[in-house]
Formats: sequence, structure tokens, C-alpha cells
Amino acid sequence: MIFFRKLWAIVWKDLLSELRTKEMILSMCLFSFLVLIIFSFALGAEVMNLKTIVPGILWVVFIFSGLMGLGRAFGAERDRGTLPGLLLCPLSPWGIYLAKMVGTFIFTAIMEIFTLSIFIILFNLNLLPFLLPLGLIFFLGTLGFSAIGTLFSAMSAATKSRDTILSILVFPITVPMLIAAVKATETILAGKTVTEVYSPLKILIAFDLIYLLIAYLTFTFIIEE
Amino acid sequence: MRKLPSYDYIIEAKGVKKEFGFKAVLKGIDLQLKEGDFLALFGPNGAGKTTFIQILCSLMLPSSGKVCIAGFDPRSDREALCEMIGFVSHHTFLYPNLSAFENLKFYGMMYNVPALDEKIEKLLELVGLADFPNDQVQTFSRGMQQRLSLARAIIHDPMVLFLDEPYTGLDQLGAEDLKQILVEFRDKGKTIVMISHNLDKGLELCNRVAILKSGRVVYHEEISETKIDDFKPIYFNYTGKRPLPSQVVP
Amino acid sequence: MTKRIFEITFEVVTFLLMLAALYAIFIYAPIEKTMGIVQKIFYLHVPAAFLAFFAFFITFLASIVYLYKKDQKWDVIAYCSAEIGVLFCTIVLITGPIWAKPVWNVWWTWDPRLTTTLILWFIYLAYLMLRGVVRENQRANLSAVFGIIGFANVPITFFAIRLWRTIHPVIITSEGINISKPMKYTLLLTFCAFFLFFLSLLKNRIKLERLKIKTEKVRAVYEEIFSS
Repeated sequence: MIFFRKLWAIVWKDLLSELRTKEMILSMCLFSFLVLIIFSFALGAEVMNLKTIVPGILWVVFIFSGLMGLGRAFGAERDRGTLPGLLLCPLSPWGIYLAKMVGTFIFTAIMEIFTLSIFIILFNLNLLPFLLPLGLIFFLGTLGFSAIGTLFSAMSAATKSRDTILSILVFPITVPMLIAAVKATETILAGKTVTEVYSPLKILIAFDLIYLLIAYLTFTFIIEE
Repeated sequence: MRKLPSYDYIIEAKGVKKEFGFKAVLKGIDLQLKEGDFLALFGPNGAGKTTFIQILCSLMLPSSGKVCIAGFDPRSDREALCEMIGFVSHHTFLYPNLSAFENLKFYGMMYNVPALDEKIEKLLELVGLADFPNDQVQTFSRGMQQRLSLARAIIHDPMVLFLDEPYTGLDQLGAEDLKQILVEFRDKGKTIVMISHNLDKGLELCNRVAILKSGRVVYHEEISETKIDDFKPIYFNYTGKRPLPSQVVP
Repeated sequence: MTKRIFEITFEVVTFLLMLAALYAIFIYAPIEKTMGIVQKIFYLHVPAAFLAFFAFFITFLASIVYLYKKDQKWDVIAYCSAEIGVLFCTIVLITGPIWAKPVWNVWWTWDPRLTTTLILWFIYLAYLMLRGVVRENQRANLSAVFGIIGFANVPITFFAIRLWRTIHPVIITSEGINISKPMKYTLLLTFCAFFLFFLSLLKNRIKLERLKIKTEKVRAVYEEIFSS
């Protein structure tokens, strides 16, 4: 239980810190709003509420905006010089990873809820009947993205061109998660039966579990010097 | 309560080497300190002092060699080791947009300190920041930040305190406070290792002196009632460098 | 001495086998009925594809062993294998379109295997770029972790792309060839030749990298002596 108290300490600290400046969350939300607008200009407003295209655009916006927030997880610690302070604390690297991942998940989720709301408003979508299954898919997809993103954030924190290498690392690895999430979202919005969601759901769950396992096994090596 | 391992020396370094790429920064350091020792570590720039102390704090792993703090090996018992040590650096490890109270609360929770709120109040009084618990750290002066950093380092009553140039950026008042806290710490029987470029401050309180040069310990002796003037020629002899004049850094 | 003899023999055998494979491809193997002479690129495409994945599998294994043993030689193996792997991966991605255009009149097919190879190519590149931007003391650790993450991604990507194909159904499959016996033998021969070639490339690349490291060490010692 002490372990979870320490995790909570880090999450609380990150939330508090972000609440003071609101910098990251505002830029993420503004960015996602802008990308949505650009998509509608590029594709035409009528196309935007086609059920076939909504999942794809939604997840692309999530990932691009999410990338902005990923650097924050370990980048800010490194910039402010507080990373050694964190490493001095009696918490295993896995604990530090989990706490940071939860923080990333929360911020990305806030951005996603905001984006979804804008989407619904701008394009007159009615997503209410699908809220619960969609929520599950968003949860699993965001979890996978945060798991991978936190890992790579820690890796790229010490490098020169941090955001560039972060994007290069994140994109190829999130391809399966993206495909599965889009497919699942599309299936749900098309009102298909539950069984048809099983394939993408399995891939999402497998993705999350595999990368959480890899993080558990290898995070020590990422932060050791 | 966890059963603590027994040990002869509270800090033990055997054959510690550290390479960055192909550059060898530490070339085999052997050091033993008993409980209650206060070691002042001197040496020219680039000697490897900061690297060595970071290895002792388990912030870095040695390329080869063994480190043992209070019987714990950083490779296998890192968490237990972390609970035993505190580290004050010229980096404060403080979160700038959190208040003094919140910073200490965070670290207190991380170290699982009991009765945290009272402890924080006591600590803030100890370092003279009791009037500013809710101000954001980024509004503090350098001296105030360093004092808060010291509070952060001792919030969990560590057995060993490591200090890396702690007097940097401290005014006269801050330096006095730091000295006072170190004296109290030492009198409680805790072990202290301090790196300093400033011979005066370094020699005031220590009972052992070591000089590091080019990654090796070239001098390590017990010292009692040191006269700074006695030590200056020794320092110059071993490092070939003039020691910094004693000065109060503003 | 015997090691040297073995090395030379190995190189000679590889060379001869490659010559034999060339002969087999252009003279021994018949020209395919429907696709014509361009089908012969198949003999390069298939072994290259296998080797592209095999090379990253070696990177994966070497990364795991490195993290376990912290011996730099495993990091060298992982790195060299990745470099050669990206070469074979590029060959696959180039020969694919060269084959596809005259035969199916499209440059690119979103065939799951080809697409997975494309993603693998990006992962390789990310691996090499990562090595380029991190500091020396963390390079081996971080590359090893990414080597593991990247390879673990390959099977999941394959299944995800198979799923994705139901969104974008593809009419073309890559299995439109009738394989006769001489073609089978040619493929086998080419496969062996390229496998030996891969091993030879890997061995030499590792030797080169070790020499580079040795040179750096000597330079560091030299600077140390002459600076103090």
C-alpha cells in the first residue's frame, strides 16, 4: 500500500504542477481543436460526419495532440533538474514509470474528452448511445499510447532533439494500436454487434499487456546511467 | 521494521571505476568511512568528485567495483539504500511552481515520513523558512532555495548525508544556518560526506579529509583541530593547484 | 591460424554459392508463364524478406543478452545486425514495387507482409536514429530496450494489418506464381547463398565495428597521457 501512496504522490505532484501553469493541457487542447478545423477545411464539412471517416480522424488527432503531452512526462523533470531528486526516492523504477504513465494517461484523456466534445458540437454527431463501448476503446487505446509514450519519453528526455526523436520512436510502434482502435471505433459507430469488436479489442488488450510487461522488465535500464 | 544488515563501515567503496564512453573518470577508488565520520572531499575540477558522490548516492552505477552503504548494495537494495541517505547538491531538486510546503509534502510522502505535516512545520522552522510555507519556490532567492533543499534532504532523517558544494549561492546567513544544521546532524552521530571547493567551510566541521585527483584518491587522513594553514600546503602539494581563497559567496 | 583458414574458406564458399545462384536464376530456372522475366526478382525478394526479419530477430536476441550481461560485444552484434537488416529491408521494399508494377500494374500493394516490412523498416530506422542522438553512456542500454520493443511490435503489427485489410480489401495477393521444381531448387539455392552472404556481411561489419571501438580506446588513452 505504501507503494500506491508513493505513486499517488507523484501523480498528485504532476497534476498540481500542471494545474498551476495549465500550459501543457491548454496547448494540447488548442492543438487538437486546430487540427480538427484544418481537417474540415481540407476534407469538406459534409465528409467530416461520415461514420466511416470519424474514427480515423479522431484517432489521428488524439495521437498528434497526445505526442505534444508525452514530452512532458520526463522532459519537464529533466529540464528542471528534478529527475535525480525523483531517483533518490525509495521507489522502484517500475513505480516511477507507473506513476508517470498514469499522469500521461490523465492528461491525454482530458484532451481526448475535450476533442470529442468539440467534434460532437462541430459536426452534429450523436455519440450518446455508444458512449460506454466507445469509452472502453478510448480507455484501452489511451492506455497503450501512454504506456509506450512514457517509455519513449524517458528515453528521449536526455537527447538533443527530444521531440523529433520522440515522434520517430512513437509512430511505428503505435501503428497496431491505431489500426485496432480505429477499427473498433468504426465497428461500434456502425452499430454492429459486439462480436465484431472482438478482433480489434483483442489486439488492443494484447498491445497494452505486452508493452506494460516490457516496461516492467526494462524500465530500470532506461533510467540507469 | 526491516532487519538491517550489519556492517563495519557505513560507507564502503572498493575499486570503484567509472567510464563515460572511453573516458575514465574514476580509476579505482577505495574508501571506508565509519559511522559518525564527517569527510571533507576536495580536489580540482574534473577530478571526479561529483561523479563519485553520485555513485555513492546510487544515482549512477559504477562501471566496476563495489559500493556498500550501511550494508546495502545499490544494485540489489536500491530502495533500502535510498531511505538511508540524503543528498544536497547545488541543484535543488525542487519543483519551482510548487510551494515550499508542497515540495516537502511530496518528498515526505515519497519517503513515507510519519506525521508529515508537523515534521514539515518543524523543518521549515529549522531552515528559517517558516514564514513562507505557501510561496512558490520559484519566488525564493537562491539562498532560500538551498535551505529548502537541505530540508528536503533530511526530511526522512537519513543516516548519511551527502553534500555537493552546498555553500554555492548561500549568503552569510544561509551559510551560518547550514553550518548549524550540519553541526546538529553530526552531533546526532550521523555520517556526512561533503564536497567543497572552499577549504575554510570544508575544514570547519570535518574529522577526515580526502583529496581526489584525476579519478584517484591521493590523500585520505584523519584530521583533528585542523588549522587551515597547515592543510593548504598539503593541498597544493597533492593537486598542484592553489586552493580557492576563503570567501563568502553572495 | 585455423580460424583464419576457416574465415577464408567461408568467404570463398559464399562467393561461389552466390555465383551458382546467379547462374541458377538466369540460366537454370525457367521463365515463368504469366509474369515473364520480371518474376525472377522473386528469387531476390523472398530471401531478402526473410533476412530482413531474421536480422532484426538477431538484434532482438542480442539486445536481451546485452541487458542481462552488460557486455558491450552484444550491443555491437545488435547494432551491426540492425544495419545489415535495414539494407535487406530496403531491398525488399524496392524489389516489391519493381515486381508489382509490370505484373499487376500497381506500384504498391497493401499486402500484409509487404506492409509489415514497411513498418519494420521504420522501426529499424528509428533504432539507428536513436543510436545517433543519445549519449554514449546510455546508448547501449536504450538501443537494447528499443530493439526489444521494436521486435515485439512486429507480430502485433502483422495481425493488426491483417485486420486493417478488411477495411481496405486488396484484390492482389503475392501468391500468384506456379512454382515448378527447377524454380523451387533455384529458390533454395538462392536462399542458402544469401543466408551465407548475410552471415559474411555481419561478421565483417562486427569486425569493423570492433576495430572502430579499439581505435577510440587507443585515442582516449593517448589523449589522457598527453593532456596531463
